[in-house]
Amino acid sequence: MIKKLIPLTAAVALLASLGSVQAQSSRDYISIVGSSTVYPFATVVAEQFGKSTANKTPKIESTGSGGGFKLFCAGVGVEHPDITNSSRAIKSSEIETCKTNGVAEIVEVKIGYDGIVLANSKKTDVMQLTLKDIFLALAKEVPDPKGGKTLVPNPYKTWKDVNPDLPDRKIEVLGPPPTSGTRDAFVELAMEGGGQMIDSIKAMKKEDEKRFTAVCHTIREDGHYVEAGENDNLIVQKLDANPDAVGIFGFSFLDQNTDKVQGAFVDSVQPTFEGIAEGKYPISRPLFFYVKKAHADVIPGMREYLSEFTSEKAWGPDGYLTDKGMIPMPEKERKKFAENVKNLTPIQ
Amino acid sequence: MSNAVSEASKPEKPLRTLDIVNAGLAKRYRAERRFRRLGLAAIIASLAFLSMLFADIFWKGHTAFRQTFIQLNILFDPELIDAENLAAADYNGFIRKALEREFPEVSGRGDRRELSQIVSPGAAFILQKQLRDNPELIGQTLPLWVPANDDVDMLMKGHIDRYAPEGERRLSDKQLAWLKRLEEQNKIQKKFNKTFFTAGDSREPELAGIWGATVGSLYTLFITLLLSFPIGVATAVYLEEFAPKNRWTDIIEVNINNLAAVPSIVFGLLGLAVFLNFFGMPRSAPTVGGLVLTLMTLPTIIIAGRAALKSVPPSIREAALGIGASKMQMVTHHVLPLAMPGMLTGTIIGMAQALGETAPLLMIGMVAFIVDIPGSFTDPSTVLPVQIYLWADSPERAFVERTSAAIMVLLAFLIAMNAVAVYLRKKFEHRW
Repeated sequence: MIKKLIPLTAAVALLASLGSVQAQSSRDYISIVGSSTVYPFATVVAEQFGKSTANKTPKIESTGSGGGFKLFCAGVGVEHPDITNSSRAIKSSEIETCKTNGVAEIVEVKIGYDGIVLANSKKTDVMQLTLKDIFLALAKEVPDPKGGKTLVPNPYKTWKDVNPDLPDRKIEVLGPPPTSGTRDAFVELAMEGGGQMIDSIKAMKKEDEKRFTAVCHTIREDGHYVEAGENDNLIVQKLDANPDAVGIFGFSFLDQNTDKVQGAFVDSVQPTFEGIAEGKYPISRPLFFYVKKAHADVIPGMREYLSEFTSEKAWGPDGYLTDKGMIPMPEKERKKFAENVKNLTPIQ
Repeated sequence: MSNAVSEASKPEKPLRTLDIVNAGLAKRYRAERRFRRLGLAAIIASLAFLSMLFADIFWKGHTAFRQTFIQLNILFDPELIDAENLAAADYNGFIRKALEREFPEVSGRGDRRELSQIVSPGAAFILQKQLRDNPELIGQTLPLWVPANDDVDMLMKGHIDRYAPEGERRLSDKQLAWLKRLEEQNKIQKKFNKTFFTAGDSREPELAGIWGATVGSLYTLFITLLLSFPIGVATAVYLEEFAPKNRWTDIIEVNINNLAAVPSIVFGLLGLAVFLNFFGMPRSAPTVGGLVLTLMTLPTIIIAGRAALKSVPPSIREAALGIGASKMQMVTHHVLPLAMPGMLTGTIIGMAQALGETAPLLMIGMVAFIVDIPGSFTDPSTVLPVQIYLWADSPERAFVERTSAAIMVLLAFLIAMNAVAVYLRKKFEHRW
């Protein structure tokens, strides 16, 4: 009977001791949250930093950009993350939330670019798309092809319907779901860009901006656009199995799978490393991370981690981040942000 | 009158029950054969799916247990090493020099960069460790096996087609020629992949291992077992042996059964709200993971425990009470020992369930990139199924085989745990 009681008392004691563990008083590793797009790059830097210095390897959670800001802006103190990664710039509403929770000084660091590609299997020919084609093929509502200003539910079934120069294949696009940062960037860059190419939609932007955003950001739901989940590897596998389908994902996945898939030309620029770096490829977005200035001297290793990330051997044109598919910034921008990081200049 | 009708309709031979049975017999046998065949077909189909799954995982994953290594003659140049500060030496430089000695004809910055890319970027850390453990190596030249880059590894394992046009593969023609020369000299070989079993996570597939996640799983499960077993057993004993049968115990019983069917993510949200936000426990810690998984496995253990207690015949209880045992003595001396095998089985199955769970851990920050092997219950850590999920989402192709290999390891743990459950049941089971 006494034997039976031992685990019970142990459990009770453990519970009690856990209850008394109030917020940890110190933390000896950096805690990073945020975008799943920046995750593959931040993790490489973290690993490099952990192995080459005496510090512990930072912990990186992939929560998505929005989820990252939510955690990041929750307050100052060791129980809150020190850095959040993001595949978009911080919103003014998020800066406000941060301020109300006492996170007054945030340092913004742009780290490079990521391209979003539309790719298909190598078993078929490469596609030559324009932003307008992309809009017409994927928007839920498009201008009536018979003329007139009214919007009708998207009638296009094949790529040839959209543009006679395109192949006579069914429109079947595998892309990210609305929770994904890639989707946000895609609708903003490709769909809005495509909408601007159409006069009636462009006119709408001046008259009724909200309506314009709604039209451009709403993707068709009639089976021609398939939400394939957040796993880009899965999209690549599906493209390999179905040569008629087109997939939307980040450039790093194209870079790793050049033997299976090929990126479509968009506005006659192919998604290559150079094309995106020079800013010619239209669907590319900047990547960021944000640092809580108040933590910089509290958490051990923060400054070293920041200098590792902003060193030429990491984010430079020959750095190890480019090996992982990140597109570096021009030298001038790199210098500017490296300087910001050194002085921890907060955003105004 | 009625008599006359019945007389007329009477057949020549009276129809006996046996005849009716006999007439339908063939049909009944057919139906039975059909039913058996359907059952058999169902089993064969499920076995086929299972073996397809296993075969696929094994086929994709078995290559991960071997890793390509390249032999290099490394000179630990005393002029470049500060004996006081070993960490500061340029280990990448040693590797570059060794490669240049191996291929003296390679010149030009681009070519040299390509040459250094055939070796894993983690090789420098291996040299660093080697030197730290044996400082007397300074000044010596050693033939060392260092891991090859993941692309080279994929080529050696046949996952990259070396005859594809140059632009379509991740290795250039030059790199292929160098590798071929190394192969001819027997300086590139596949060896047992020890790193996979001893290292934590890494973004370089050739350096990534599952030990970090395994340790995290062990810590988490330890907490889960420590809490859920005593609480679960105590609940089951109280509800089954002591609690009065009234509306309140009925409500509790219904709730426990309902909890067993609640999606696990809900427990994660609860953990986030209670353990992290209210008690302020650390994020990503096995302690919190264990607490959340305890909530999840408790219903399983309680239900199995009550079933085990119910199967103890009432005669045992009555006999114990009859010779003057108190109720508590009856439970602890007789009923509980007899019910224990069933309770243990339920616990192990609950643990196996907890081992395979990711969703509740997502909310409390255990889905994270963690390189260092956790050293305590409050260190940030991750668990095996999360590691599988993270690798499955990585762009590098070499992670495909590692994902499958990690699944194999997880399956091995699950099969072992279930085998223990079966063994316990067979060994200690009582039949009345």
